[in-house]
Amino acid sequence: MHESQPLWNLAMAYFGAGVGAGLAIIGAGIGIGLLANGAMQGIGRQPAAAGNIQTLTLITAALVEGVCFFALIVCIILATKT
Amino acid sequence: MSAALIALALQLAAAPGSPPAESSSGEHKSLVEVVMDHIADSRTIELQTPWGPKYELTFPEWKIPIGARVLDISITKHVFWMWVSSLLLLAVVLVGTSRRKGESVPAGPTNNIIETFVLFVRDDIAVRNMGEHLGQEFTPYLCTIFFFILFCGLVGVLPFTATATGNIAVTASLALCTFVLTQFAGMRSQGVVGYWAHLVPPGIPWWLYPLMIPAELLGLVTKPFALTIRLFANMVAGHVVILFLLGMVFVLGTTLVAPVGVLFALGIYLLELLVIFIQAYIFTILSAVFIGMAASHAH
Repeated sequence: MHESQPLWNLAMAYFGAGVGAGLAIIGAGIGIGLLANGAMQGIGRQPAAAGNIQTLTLITAALVEGVCFFALIVCIILATKT
Repeated sequence: MSAALIALALQLAAAPGSPPAESSSGEHKSLVEVVMDHIADSRTIELQTPWGPKYELTFPEWKIPIGARVLDISITKHVFWMWVSSLLLLAVVLVGTSRRKGESVPAGPTNNIIETFVLFVRDDIAVRNMGEHLGQEFTPYLCTIFFFILFCGLVGVLPFTATATGNIAVTASLALCTFVLTQFAGMRSQGVVGYWAHLVPPGIPWWLYPLMIPAELLGLVTKPFALTIRLFANMVAGHVVILFLLGMVFVLGTTLVAPVGVLFALGIYLLELLVIFIQAYIFTILSAVFIGMAASHAH
């Protein structure tokens, strides 16, 4: 058990990185999906406001994406652990 | 475009189907190492010609010792391609904004393209998010970062080149510029004391201050950090995905997967072109929103 400890740590780091990346992307996907849902409905009800809605949607999507990237960076740090 | 894919494939050809676990001691590098070499900064520029010979250019090492530390200002791959994109940008804009003899306004195809983008940045990004006066004032800065990010990205998807904005130091510098301007705009419009005092929204009970002040200070730092990471990750991610899709052929060791891999890589390549424009737009619009938020009195 003592000899395999570093290998175990590495395995857990890879495991955490993989699961973490998946969870982060699920979260971001749900977020951007809800955002798109709202934007589409908004544009459908008020086509005149499409320009404003598009701008706000892109900004908000970028913010969601930014949060997702924070999580992915943590995953990359874990995955490059040696 | 297909030339770019061929160039990438040639670089990957140096990595035959070796397991990723193999170390760099051997002559052949693993796929992960090849991809990382492609993404990472280095002092060497490689030019792998399709007909065989490979040219290399290594820049000299420039290090300035400052006390116990060493400041490394060597020219690297990313610096080189950043200069190339900057010069290209300068040339395109100078051509686009110069007017011919006998004409009162600049005209021509280059001018039309540049003017479309500048007007877009001014009207749809600056004025819409910052108001008429502030928007006009910050349009030059916003145009600068928009075109810089756009050109760095577009130069980066050409064959043999590197994306300067795929280096976290470059994106961090860009975000720092926005951060400094945000603070400057806020302090100018509300006064130095007023700006920092209004950081915490007025009207909240005093006992919340120990919680709100750190939170607001954190929010101040998170904005440029998010700008940095977003641009960097977007620029790197596209390259990594293309390289791994093409690398599938070499990892699996069969050409049967080549049609799928190359087709997908082509799709991602097109997506990346779109992403470059979107990221330039996002960086610029977020800068405008942050500056506008700091400068407006109403929170």
